[in-house]
Amino acid sequence: MKKILAVLVEDKPGVLSRVAGLFSRRGFNIDSIAVGETTEPGISRMTITVEEDSPTLEQVVKQLNKLINVIKISNITEDPAVSRELMLIKVQAEPQNRGEIQQIVETFRGKTVDVSPDSMVIEVTGDDEKLEAIKLLLQYYGIKEIVRTGKIAMVRGSKNSAGN
Amino acid sequence: MILKAFQEEGVTRVFGYPGGAILNLYDSLYDSSICHVLTRHEQGAVHAADGYARVSGKPGVVTATSGPGATNLVTGIANAYMDSVPMVVITGQVPTFLIGTDAFQEADITGITLPITKHNYLAKDVEELPRILKEAFHIATTGRCGPVLIDLPKDVQALEEKYNYPQEIDIAGYKPNVEGHPGQVNRAIKAIKNAKKPVIMAGGGVVRSGGYHELQEMATRGNIPVTLTLMGLGGFPASNHLYLGMPGMHGTRAANYALMEADLIIAVGVRFDDRVTGKLDAFAPRAKIIHIDIDPVEIGKNIAVDIPIVGDLKRVLQALSRRFQPGDTAEWLDKVNQWDKKVDLNPEPVDNKVIKPQQVINKINEITGGEAIIATDVGQHQMWTAQHYRFEKPRSFVSSGGLGTMGFGFPAALGAKLARPEETVFCIAGDGSFQMNIQELSTAVYYGIPVKVAIINNSCLGMVRQWQELFYNRRYSYSTFEYGPDFARIAEAFGAKGMKVDQFDQVEETIKTAMQEEGPVIMDFRVDSTENVFPMVAPNQPINNLMMDGSDV
Repeated sequence: MKKILAVLVEDKPGVLSRVAGLFSRRGFNIDSIAVGETTEPGISRMTITVEEDSPTLEQVVKQLNKLINVIKISNITEDPAVSRELMLIKVQAEPQNRGEIQQIVETFRGKTVDVSPDSMVIEVTGDDEKLEAIKLLLQYYGIKEIVRTGKIAMVRGSKNSAGN
Repeated sequence: MILKAFQEEGVTRVFGYPGGAILNLYDSLYDSSICHVLTRHEQGAVHAADGYARVSGKPGVVTATSGPGATNLVTGIANAYMDSVPMVVITGQVPTFLIGTDAFQEADITGITLPITKHNYLAKDVEELPRILKEAFHIATTGRCGPVLIDLPKDVQALEEKYNYPQEIDIAGYKPNVEGHPGQVNRAIKAIKNAKKPVIMAGGGVVRSGGYHELQEMATRGNIPVTLTLMGLGGFPASNHLYLGMPGMHGTRAANYALMEADLIIAVGVRFDDRVTGKLDAFAPRAKIIHIDIDPVEIGKNIAVDIPIVGDLKRVLQALSRRFQPGDTAEWLDKVNQWDKKVDLNPEPVDNKVIKPQQVINKINEITGGEAIIATDVGQHQMWTAQHYRFEKPRSFVSSGGLGTMGFGFPAALGAKLARPEETVFCIAGDGSFQMNIQELSTAVYYGIPVKVAIINNSCLGMVRQWQELFYNRRYSYSTFEYGPDFARIAEAFGAKGMKVDQFDQVEETIKTAMQEEGPVIMDFRVDSTENVFPMVAPNQPINNLMMDGSDV
């Protein structure tokens, strides 16, 4: 099962390679990682999705905690949270298919952000399941390229995801 | 400014080697009260600082230039990291405006050392430097100790910033836990009281934390037998009747059997290394495990733990030993006492012309009474030292445990002697290992550091040869030295005293002569090259499956 970690880090040079390097050298599987600023200057927030069982996840968390630039880690897998990922898909689209594709996009509350004579670029946000579903449908027309941001997540209610 | 920070941190001695990108720092060392030891290779400097730190408990400080100077430190930094040795490393770097251009002698040393330092910094801004220096010493010497590297571009060194060393420190992501959790301590107390067959297994953490008196108190009051891992040797006196010897691959029967039969293992500052546990799922099948360590990562890393206690060992052991009630271990001790706590040894030879390596170590032990500081390299001689030298005092065994670095012993012995000049310091080396940092003979002679080097010269890479004999059908692939140098004459050429010994009846006298010499001495003991280290547990076997000789392979 995928686990989601919310990680507060100091915004220092090399912090991403410290985190990424730790995963590779300890043999932990990283599914996605998304980094961005927070409300506090100098502090960034990483959302890391990992596919590991519990004992390994415990090691992941402890090892991450050991990095000096890592301030706080919260495992928000079990918390009621909203998680989103943004995906851009370039799909093969002859003029006669555009209408159909547009319908699919609207069903998934996506957006068509670019159209060329034989392709369209579609933007869609959502959780894993939704993104996989639209991908499957669009495969019928031929997918040329996919870019995904990796998952970001936030705990519902007034509690802060990173617990402070 | 860097030197002022050193003074503020109580640094009196640094080890290093100059070069282009660190010239500014060396210029200020020229007339500084800080004593700089010039080794003959950067690796020598970093190992010497390591030995200095292990023996003194103070951080070892190393300086080197950029590029090759910095990369030559890598093995030594990795070595210190694996063995949790406090160390601050300052490397020169090309000027900031050249970084990233593949400039002359440029290497991304912060990138290279990322996985082998506790933390590292590239100090691009001189205003940040005081804070970085302060943090580096703090991080290196607190929590689980380790090396911290500061990469210092040449133009940053050249700037004269107003000196303002911070007194306070606040690192948001670094707050080591010192006190053990009271609830877990209570559970541990209960478990100790109920245990019928408890064993204490203590490691490097005991030596580092200074918790040896507490350990002794706990063992004595609870009548609990103690085994020490390689890194823990000296953390509990070998002469104590509760001492079982070392566990693991080359451990004693008593230590390994006791761990396998125990109903409670009190693991103190150890990390359940594969050389200790053997086959992991077969290790200590009946034991509950209390694991006390400063580093939460170690708990549950290799082995499931029943009672985890994260904290400084000295504090936790204090809390424990003050309050626990001893269980009844008399029967258990009777049983344990029937197993060999020492490794067999024939102190006298069958043939005077054949010196057994263990006999040399045994003689050094007899003559020094287990009171000397012993540094070793890595291999057979290291294991024989661990087995046959009876360490009585903490911080007296200086050896590369985690990384297993050949060439560590001699420079580390130099650092150790500089840290504790009043102590007798031996380096027990192999003929292979010694040749890896033999250039430090110059350092020893130049500074007059009277280290006594005993080369256990078996004309081969003994441990490699042993594995080839036991597990590779005696195919001795590149492990024997058909030609070996005359170490005594090499020593003389460097200006040290050299002695070659090939008869057993010369061993004792040679060691005594060496101890009376004022300067460094190299003793070349020509020993039986067919001798193997036993007992031995084959890799990935349960640790009670001991081979006592090679016949059962």
